[in-house]
Amino acid sequence: MQNSVGIVETKYYTIEEKIKFESGIEFGPITVAYETYGTLNEAKDNAILVIHALTGDAHAAGYHNESDKKPGWWDTLIGPNKAFDTNKYFVICTNILGGCSGTTGPSSINPETGKPYGTKFPVFTIEDTIKVKKKLLDWLGIKKLYSVAGGSMGGMQAMQFPITYPDYVNSVILIATTSRLSPQAIAFNAIGRNSIISDPDWNNGDYYDKENKPDRGLSNARMIGHVTYLCEEAMYNKFGRRLQDKDHYDFHFDIDFQVESYLQHQGQIFVDRFDANSYLYITKAVDYFDIENKYGSLQNAFKETNAKFLVISFDTDWLFPSSQSKEIVNTLMKLDKDVSYCEIKSPCGHDAFLLEYDVQDKIIKSFLNDHIKGEENE
Amino acid sequence: MNNHYKESKGLHLNYSLIEEMIEEKAKVLDLGCGNGYLLKLLKDKKHIKGIGIEISQNEVIQCLEKGLSVIQGDIDEGLKQFADKSYDYVILNQTLQSTYNPDYVLDEMLRVGKKCIVSFPNFAYWRVRLYYFFKGNMPKSKVLPFEWYNTPNIHLLTIKDFFEFAKARKIKISQAIYTTRAEKRTAFQYRLLSNFFAEEAIFVISKD
Repeated sequence: MQNSVGIVETKYYTIEEKIKFESGIEFGPITVAYETYGTLNEAKDNAILVIHALTGDAHAAGYHNESDKKPGWWDTLIGPNKAFDTNKYFVICTNILGGCSGTTGPSSINPETGKPYGTKFPVFTIEDTIKVKKKLLDWLGIKKLYSVAGGSMGGMQAMQFPITYPDYVNSVILIATTSRLSPQAIAFNAIGRNSIISDPDWNNGDYYDKENKPDRGLSNARMIGHVTYLCEEAMYNKFGRRLQDKDHYDFHFDIDFQVESYLQHQGQIFVDRFDANSYLYITKAVDYFDIENKYGSLQNAFKETNAKFLVISFDTDWLFPSSQSKEIVNTLMKLDKDVSYCEIKSPCGHDAFLLEYDVQDKIIKSFLNDHIKGEENE
Repeated sequence: MNNHYKESKGLHLNYSLIEEMIEEKAKVLDLGCGNGYLLKLLKDKKHIKGIGIEISQNEVIQCLEKGLSVIQGDIDEGLKQFADKSYDYVILNQTLQSTYNPDYVLDEMLRVGKKCIVSFPNFAYWRVRLYYFFKGNMPKSKVLPFEWYNTPNIHLLTIKDFFEFAKARKIKISQAIYTTRAEKRTAFQYRLLSNFFAEEAIFVISKD
């Protein structure tokens, strides 16, 4: 557990008042699951919000107990002397609105009916999810974030932060993300949702008290997702055309190839930790996210932002390609905003943002460090 | 790209000569900014608002460590993201000779910068001429330390070449500084026969 934040626990905060969603619906109460690492200083100006990707949770670093085998999802970058250095910064991570790891979502009990919301849960957007995060930050007493960082869908939320709250963030770190999904990426999300909805056990989202859950649909959705997180090179490196525990074809429709076995395994373990309805809601929020459309143009969207940006992309990521990151960078440059950009070479596809931690550690550490120095200069 | 160029005394002279040219609080774009040494100097001494473009990831990280804004990118691809005359100065320090399309890079910098600062080693410097004349090898020196097969300097030029290029393209040269052996040279022979006596040149250029 060297360089680890050690044993951590997920905490909960309930926002009692209703929050107005982009759709017009007012919704509440909302419980937010969150974890924190490091110490909030007296000035309360060293807080960094890190935001998880599609199926992540509030457990970003450390272990939940002594026998825990796997640390939090961004443990490689959060901890003492790591990029998000917990000796210096107070790092916060929350589970997304609509999720299924502690924050109120479709699987939570609707206090009005005493039953899970299911598809009665309101459809929400990326901006709605950060409004919820902001309530928690306000309650924690944080007047301004030192930084907000996220990869993939987490990056979309991080991007929305300085747009919705221009003076609330010093800096923004956007990793392997986009200001709007390509039709190709929406297509894969659509197939994922379709596989859930077409599972008879989905039962219009009302399955929580049923014996059979839409596990087949959800695991298929996850398998499709995993294909999009890899790239051709990553698949060759990881599996090639190798067969799973055999040296000849078995002339059946069971698993032959390693890649099949991998995807099936990923699908199976996913259903134990994720809720099918949450998958529907969250992927929809991701698909709806389109800053250009919402604000007229990227320039309009970022016009009022008042933060320093760091944008990172990966050359083999075809789900959130570098070209989309460069568009954001070019817009920020045109607007004379403070922006830095790195394109990391990686054979890992979109997944690289969780795997290529060495170089990201250096980049993020330097970027975060410098605004302390920068302030001294002023 | 400056990483190919040794952190020599001459380079530091270059930096301070460029620093002298730039006004307080100017907006500066440094193409091929390397580890960000020059940008940092300009930021500290002249309080410029600066940004660098650099192709090498390690150099980009060193820029970030210095608190600079830096974009990882290839200047040979042009400066499409920049509006016309959007920077007070665009700098191309010891990088022109290692670009694939020097004329395109110059066109682009002249479009984006109100003024541009270009520096390069002079391939017609007399010691280079003697080296080639007597040894018959591709010239090497402190300024040109590479072998023919690994040099990043694929478009070496002379001061005369640059003057002719500027004339043909209607580029205005408002200032020329010559250096030899890491000293600024102002004596008459350097002005008169710069192409023979100057080891390196720094030009301030612009185009309407």
